[in-house]
Amino acid sequence: MTEAKRRLWTIVGLTAPAYLWLTLTIFLPLSAMLFFSFLVKAPFGGREIEFTLKHYDAFLTKSYLQVLTWRSLTLGFHVTAICIAVGFPAAYVLAKQVRGRWREALFLLVVLPFWSNALVRIFSWTIVLRPDGVLDRAAQFVLPGLPTFDLAHSYPAIVIGLVHSYLPYMILTCYLSLQAIDDSLIEAARSLGASGFTILRRIIVPLGLPGLATGSILIFVPVIGSFFEPRLLGGLQGIMLGTVIEDQFTAVFNWPLGAALSFILLLIVLAILAVSWPLLRGVMRAA
Amino acid sequence: MTAARIAGLAGPLVLGLVLAFLYLPIVVLALMGFNESVHYELPFRFSTRWYERLPGNERLITATLNSIWLALANTVIATTLGTMAALAFARYRFRGRTLMRLLLFPPITIPWLIIAIAMLVLFFWTGIGRGLHAMLLGHVALSLPYVIIVVGARLASFGVELEEAAASLGARPLQVFFRVSLPMMAPGIVAAALFAFAISFDQFVISYFLAPPGVSTLPVEIYSAIRKGFTPEVNVISTVVIVISMGILLLFARFSRFGGER
Repeated sequence: MTEAKRRLWTIVGLTAPAYLWLTLTIFLPLSAMLFFSFLVKAPFGGREIEFTLKHYDAFLTKSYLQVLTWRSLTLGFHVTAICIAVGFPAAYVLAKQVRGRWREALFLLVVLPFWSNALVRIFSWTIVLRPDGVLDRAAQFVLPGLPTFDLAHSYPAIVIGLVHSYLPYMILTCYLSLQAIDDSLIEAARSLGASGFTILRRIIVPLGLPGLATGSILIFVPVIGSFFEPRLLGGLQGIMLGTVIEDQFTAVFNWPLGAALSFILLLIVLAILAVSWPLLRGVMRAA
Repeated sequence: MTAARIAGLAGPLVLGLVLAFLYLPIVVLALMGFNESVHYELPFRFSTRWYERLPGNERLITATLNSIWLALANTVIATTLGTMAALAFARYRFRGRTLMRLLLFPPITIPWLIIAIAMLVLFFWTGIGRGLHAMLLGHVALSLPYVIIVVGARLASFGVELEEAAASLGARPLQVFFRVSLPMMAPGIVAAALFAFAISFDQFVISYFLAPPGVSTLPVEIYSAIRKGFTPEVNVISTVVIVISMGILLLFARFSRFGGER
């Protein structure tokens, strides 16, 4: 065997198992899903395969599907915006104000909850937010006579739960880019008379932008595809594109419609990734 | 100077509030596992009855064992295949390398809901079917990219010089691999394995869609328990899950600083 051939077989031998696996479990399934989305009915039980565009047509003509898509996108915007508003300052404090061993410990504390099961965290919010739950009791204790508030099964509950799930992403990505800012840059600006606000606007935000943007994508994409969080926390307010897709497979059994809606969701995700590609590529190189 | 002092206090305050927000539900969850009331009623009365009852809850125990076995199998397969691919990427430049690395992103970036449904459609259609084997297929697919990235980061942190030196001193390729490459890669592999275990053990969405009636993993069982009406036993098992997951992360942090500065 020649050297070049040996080299080729080594590469194939090392990479083929992983990529065959990914083909079987990611790329072929996505193709099958696309195929299903053009079928009149799922081809089970010897049913004839018949093609149609009616599921995509349904998306274009039935306004409730568009409303749901818009609701999912809005949810994504709200959750991402709050994560930015909370996560960026927290990351700044962590990266620039806390020093030494404390920083390491606090950083670990921030990412630790992230590693607990997402479902379990959503479940715990249902206990916290329900009427006569922990939050309600605490409010009654501080201000007796306050009308009981019921955040369970509401839109804010969904937002709170999702922010809780995804906030560590934002803190993590912002922390990584803010940490890289040279302290002497900030010192120089200050000694030249820049105000705190100017430093924030001209140095910290621009240099923290890659982290902000990466964090936003990492949050926005999964949130628009979320389904169990809105279902558990939102009740009737929790009907989103994701929950409707779930229903097609677990309750209504209209698989082709579910496949078409999933594919539309995938297109939205791909559009977002395409727009942010220059940025992701930079992050990928750095990784 | 007062402005500076306020600014100095604002920092810890922000961080403190964020941490309180992050830990509030987790603490409440854990405490409610020790509360006597079935309906999580307050005031709090300490009791360990839910912990005592857990071993008798066969459904939860079976689901937990399923989760553990699944996570172990996933760890072995994903770590092995992923390390092989990472080795190829780190040691060879070849055509299609960039494209292949790019193909690692779909499993990470596409929402799990879409991936899960795509798997369900294909597996059901082709007769692979649903069940623990189907979940294993899915979990490995989600873990592979992370393993390749984590092990790849470790491999990138040292060059090929040692391997070349060993080879030039007469070591055969397998000897080079087991005596030189593998020990150097070890911290990355351990970190990747912990990562893979946690991904599988915490995975809900894929398992949920690929679970046939009667077969479930712990997260799937928790989901149906929540929807059917809670019982504090779910709190107990959730607390245990959180402790395990966080323990794994702490181990992970010891072995790699999230991709390896060390």
